[in-house]
This record gives sequence, structure tokens and C-alpha cells, in this order.
Amino acid sequence: MMTSSKDIWVFGDYRNYFQNRVTLQILARAVDLASKTGGNVCAVVFGHNVNDYVAEYIAHGAQKVYVMDDPRLLLYSLETYSRLLTRIAKKYQPETILVGATRFGQEMAPRVAKQLGTGLTADCIDLEINEKKFLVQIAPSFGGNLIAKIITPVQRPQMATVRPGTFQEQPHDDNATGETHILTLPVDLKKDRIRLITSEHRPSKKQKIEDADIVICGGRGMGSKGKFKKLFELAELMNAEVGATRPVVYSEWVPHNALVGQAGKNIKPKILMSFGISGAIQHTAALTDADFVIAINKNPNATMMKMADVAIVADANQMCLGIIKALKEKIRH
Amino acid sequence: MVSELPWNSKTGTLKRELAGGMMDPASRRALEAALQIKENQGAHICAVTMGPVMAEEILHQAKALGADDGVLLTDRRMAGADTFLTSLILSKFIQKEYKSFDLVICGSQTSDSETAQVGPQLAEELDIPAIGYVNQIRVKKDNIEVRRHVDDFYEILTMDLPGLITIDLSAYKPRYLALEGLEKAFENPDIKIIDAKKLGLDDSFNALKDSPTRIIDVFSPTTQNENRVLKGAVKKIVDQLFDEYGKVISSGMGKDIKTHDHDEV
Repeated sequence: MMTSSKDIWVFGDYRNYFQNRVTLQILARAVDLASKTGGNVCAVVFGHNVNDYVAEYIAHGAQKVYVMDDPRLLLYSLETYSRLLTRIAKKYQPETILVGATRFGQEMAPRVAKQLGTGLTADCIDLEINEKKFLVQIAPSFGGNLIAKIITPVQRPQMATVRPGTFQEQPHDDNATGETHILTLPVDLKKDRIRLITSEHRPSKKQKIEDADIVICGGRGMGSKGKFKKLFELAELMNAEVGATRPVVYSEWVPHNALVGQAGKNIKPKILMSFGISGAIQHTAALTDADFVIAINKNPNATMMKMADVAIVADANQMCLGIIKALKEKIRH
Repeated sequence: MVSELPWNSKTGTLKRELAGGMMDPASRRALEAALQIKENQGAHICAVTMGPVMAEEILHQAKALGADDGVLLTDRRMAGADTFLTSLILSKFIQKEYKSFDLVICGSQTSDSETAQVGPQLAEELDIPAIGYVNQIRVKKDNIEVRRHVDDFYEILTMDLPGLITIDLSAYKPRYLALEGLEKAFENPDIKIIDAKKLGLDDSFNALKDSPTRIIDVFSPTTQNENRVLKGAVKKIVDQLFDEYGKVISSGMGKDIKTHDHDEV
């Protein structure tokens, strides 16, 4: 497909805003990318009464915002939103479309890519521009052991989803100006084959692991489900949140919402304590913003140990028990 | 450490034969969901996978657990397919062999690449609706009702059939497969093998070349960090840890701790 623009589009995923910052984060990186390729950074917003978001995206780097504001778009709809995004992408032919890897984004982007006949890289941890001005989509791959650089050589647009927390948003700029492009809802829009019966806002946790000052992450090296539970006792003592690796989640030692890493959470604690984790990339990519890392592993050569500020060569479970004991003695009441 | 990269640098693809003959955990949950529907209101289950010849093994497992048919889509020319072409190939199979299907159930994401893209793209290819990350399914006359918890919203939705769902990693805990069941399945395998030609893909079809995305490089991130290594007896390490890093730890905790044993009591 020939492209008529060099524009980079960012899908405006505003549900759960203010907590969900992924659109702002992607806009910031899109600004960097556009400085290398030319073209505008554009946001695309579907919904009803979305002016606040439009203004917010402009204040965070969008030069142009395509807006479809209609009562029929009030609720996030996978079918309708993906059809609309496809339709306007066909019309305006952006060079690149970036989507936040929220659950909604993860469901919508593949459908849009399919409708547009183009490629899509999931859950990117970085995006670059190469010498041919292609978007280099960098994502964990191969079971988390490796990172792959992926391009879309022929088809356009280039598409990628980006995990929340991957990029740093730009500061809010009240003086920024952008062009708003109002689009009307097409009259021949197909009927949704999915109907929302009830929807209830249920945030998963009170203190979110993404915001915790101390995160205690455990891996299979903890030994068993029973031993893993000790990490929660430690967390209680330390005002910490507990995270887990994928093998732990798959073994059902803890629920899936504790997963830290690809398809899970990104964290940015002041202190990360890592127990019995070897350090697959899908996990470690989510830890890069941790200020101070203490890793405990029997294997001194584990990736996680190399990443750590303090690497403790020991059995993870024994160490957990040792620290619990010490803290019980040391905490001043 | 990665001793041998499971990656072919010439073709830029994963050497899947190294991945072992295990059914992916997410697919096991999808199969479990199908088995429960079959038990509750009756169904005919076809377990299908695409991969190298050895992937046949997981279809034996699926049949031993209760799938009625097992189908392996395998062909050199289908190797190296990205999600765009994987979903295309799967849809060709469904349209050809199971045209009157009611429901496609997929795992939400595989444990090797975790893209979560094949399900939604397969639905698009089949022009059917899809709902991801489903926790609970109720089959009704002309539609299904599903429950899920995504992006902090707990939703109940209905979807017209035919449709596609992907099963959340927290739901439909897979049942245990008794060994004798597995042995039986191996005695009478009856797995259908289908190649690119039988699917109606033309002679020029080459998944590796035709995939819209291309891997141009693969690397193992080396993180070199000057770090402090502690080892020895647990008690000794714990003392050292609090001696040297007690302040950092207590400030993170927001609690006051005694950093030295000889602190006042």
C-alpha cells in the first residue's frame, strides 16, 4: 500500500484515565519518532464528550487529533472502534499506528491490523527508527529469553502495541496547540454482534503494585506454593506488594493479577526484592525503573542477579524466612 | 544464560522443535472450557493446532482428554508464519472442514510469544465477533453469555454465534490427564494431517516470506551491573544486608528499623 502521509497515529485509550497513562506515554515516544521521520503526531479519539481528552493529548504532544464524538460511541466497543479506526486509517493512510497494550488495545489492534492487511508487533518495550526510516518494533520473544527487533518491510501502516509504563510521558504543556479534526460517525456502520449487559468498575486492588514503594517478586525458586506464601508475610511487614513471574502464575501459586512482566504489570518501586527469579526478559523488562534491586538466587549467574544492586547467593525461601525473623526483631513499634 | 539460541538467524524464526511436546498452558484452559461445554450441553470438539510434525503429540493429549477430532496443520511452507498468516491458515482450515462451527475457543496468549493476537485475528478472518480473556461461559440458544474482568471492569456480555472467545489465564483450570487415557489415545491416534495444498493455499505461498512482519535481529540483553554480592550463612547475610542497606530499606518501608544489633534496645 502506498502511503500518502508520514503521520504517526496514537490510539486515544482514555478509559481508566487518570491512572491509565499509556496514551500520553506513547505520544511522548511518537514525538521522538516523528522528529526522525517527519510527519505529524496524531491522536485518534472515539467516544462521547471527549473534549477533555483531546485537550490532554494536545498538551502532551499531539499535533493533530482526529475526533469522533457521538452518543453511540459512549461505551468502548471492540467491533465499532476497530471498524472506525480501520476506516479512517484507510482514508488518511498514516505511516504508523501505535496502540496501548491495555486489554482493550490488545483485542482491538490485531483486528485493525487484519482489516488493514498489515503486520502488528505485540507488547513492544521499545520503538526506534532505522536508517531506512522503518519503525523498529522491539519486543520480548521466544518465551522471554530473547528480545526481537521486528520491522514491517512492505505493508503500511506499521503497527505496534506498547505496554503501559514503557515510555515516559512529556510534561503537560498548556501552551501547546494542535489541530482538531472532527469526523462524523459513518451512517452505514454495522451493528455490534456483542452486547454489554452489565459493566462494573472493579479496580483489582487497593494499593496497586504499579505504585508500590517496595515490591517483592517471587519466582519458581521459592520452591512451592506454600513457601511462596511466606512472601506475603514479608510484604505485610515491609508495607510491600507481592508480584510474581509467569511460571508462578501458571503454576497457580498466585492469581494472574500478580504477574509482573509482559502481559502483566510494569513496576517502578524504590526497592525491588527478587526471590528465586532467574530473569526472563518478559519479566525483567518490567523492572527497569526499580531504583534499588536486591536479588536472591542460588545461581550467582542468573540474569536477575546481574541486574541487581545487591546479589545474594542463597536459597530464596531460607532468605525470606531469615529476613522475616530479622524484621520482627528490628521494627520499632 | 541462553546457551543455544532457539532462533534461526538465516530465516529469523523460532526453532519450534526445541519447544518440546507440551500443550501450551493457555490452550489447556481453552480445551477445558470446551470440555465443560461438551459435558453440560453436548458438543463436538475439534482440537486443531499448527506446527511441526511433532506437535501431533499434543493432539493425542487433547483427544485423551475428550476432544472428538484432532487436526494438525503442518507444512514447511507454513513455517515462520506471524500472527497475520497463522490466523489466515487457521481460518482456511475452519472454513474448509468445519464450516458450520458455532464457537472457536483459543487460549488468551501462548507462553512462547504471548502476542494474544491470533484469536482476535482469526475472528476477523472468519468475520465473526470475538471476546477475549473470558472467565465464564454460558451457552444459550442463539448466543453465549460470558463474564470477564478486563481493564478494571467486570463485564457480562452476550455474543452472537458463531463467535470466538479466548480464555483468561485465571479461568478453567485444566483437568488432570490420567496416564492410561493418554496411552489409549496413542494406541488409536487418528490425527488428521493437513498441508498447505489441502488448505487451498497456492503454490507460491510461503509463510516466512509472506508474513507482514519480519524479525531482523534477536539478542539477549546483557545487563552488566557493578553489584554487591553477599553469600554465606543466611543469618550472616541478613545481618550484612541490614547493616549496609538498613536505611534504604527502612525508608522504602516507611517504618523505623534498628539497623544494628548493638543499637539501643
